Amino acid sequence: MTEQIDEGLRSELQRQGVWVTSMQELYNWGRKNSIWPLQFGLACCAIEMIATAASRYDIARFGGEVFRPSPRQADLMIVAGTVTKKMAPQIVRLYNQMPDPKYVISMGACAISGGPFKQGYNVLKGIDRYIPVDVYIPGCPPRPEALLHAFMELQSKIDSQKLTGQNRAEHLNVAQPSEFPVPSFGEHDLEPPANPDVFHPPKIERQS
Amino acid sequence: MTAPNPYVFIVIFVGVALVFPLIPLGLAWLWRRFFQPPKPGAEKNAIYECGVESIGEAQIQFRSQYYLYAIIFLIFDVEAIFLVPFAVAFTGLPVGAFIAILVFLLLLIEGLVWAWGKGCLQWER
Repeated sequence: MTEQIDEGLRSELQRQGVWVTSMQELYNWGRKNSIWPLQFGLACCAIEMIATAASRYDIARFGGEVFRPSPRQADLMIVAGTVTKKMAPQIVRLYNQMPDPKYVISMGACAISGGPFKQGYNVLKGIDRYIPVDVYIPGCPPRPEALLHAFMELQSKIDSQKLTGQNRAEHLNVAQPSEFPVPSFGEHDLEPPANPDVFHPPKIERQS
Repeated sequence: MTAPNPYVFIVIFVGVALVFPLIPLGLAWLWRRFFQPPKPGAEKNAIYECGVESIGEAQIQFRSQYYLYAIIFLIFDVEAIFLVPFAVAFTGLPVGAFIAILVFLLLLIEGLVWAWGKGCLQWER
């Protein structure tokens, strides 16, 4: 794992018909080309997700066509649409029930920040308050090409994950939790309003 | 060289069919054993998997009193379905078919009388 093969030598060998690979590359190659999403839509973004899965855009080209109806069999959660506060505990619970390694795509303005419904009393201001998000797609709704782009970004992330050593992938770290606390309905808002271990909003520095 | 026993091929086939799935399963087991730390949890191990917490027991008892609804459903719904073709074909029916449908009606009317006597038709506010 520490010794990387020289790229020039590698391509030279490939030209001669000899393929050299490592356990990590083989494993990640298999993983990134068989990402099974959770069959789970929340709002209008889900329509775009359906279009992405259908024949015109065809997410099957990237190995992601097997939408699973059970979180136990899914690798990827596409949060497609507005997350209401009523729905947020269910999403976190579904995420908790997914087996490791698991990834999240936050699809559309609503899933990122609440989008056009941000001022609504019943809308969660971004799913990244409770679960870690790997890829964000802006758009309202994002076109299927954008979802495919996010999917490819996720594939490149999976491809670059280390399996051993200090910088190994998070799911291989014993200390990294696999479940996150599910918020409950409080008097005015979800309790807690955000998980401080997950939610790291950017600091806004205003020019005075 | 003599021809091998034809059943040898079936034995080979069974052997390959066993080994072929066992190799990836074994590799996955080794991977889990040496690299992937297990992370079980209360929610991950929960039985219900739709995102909603399960409430109560799964082994609930179904009230046997619901048979009354079944009988009244037969009388007022299924009987009506049979009465329409009976009325349409009434003039062309032979005597045997007429008696048969009368017996059928009689049975259901008997059920209606019984349900009436039981007080099922009483409207409760």
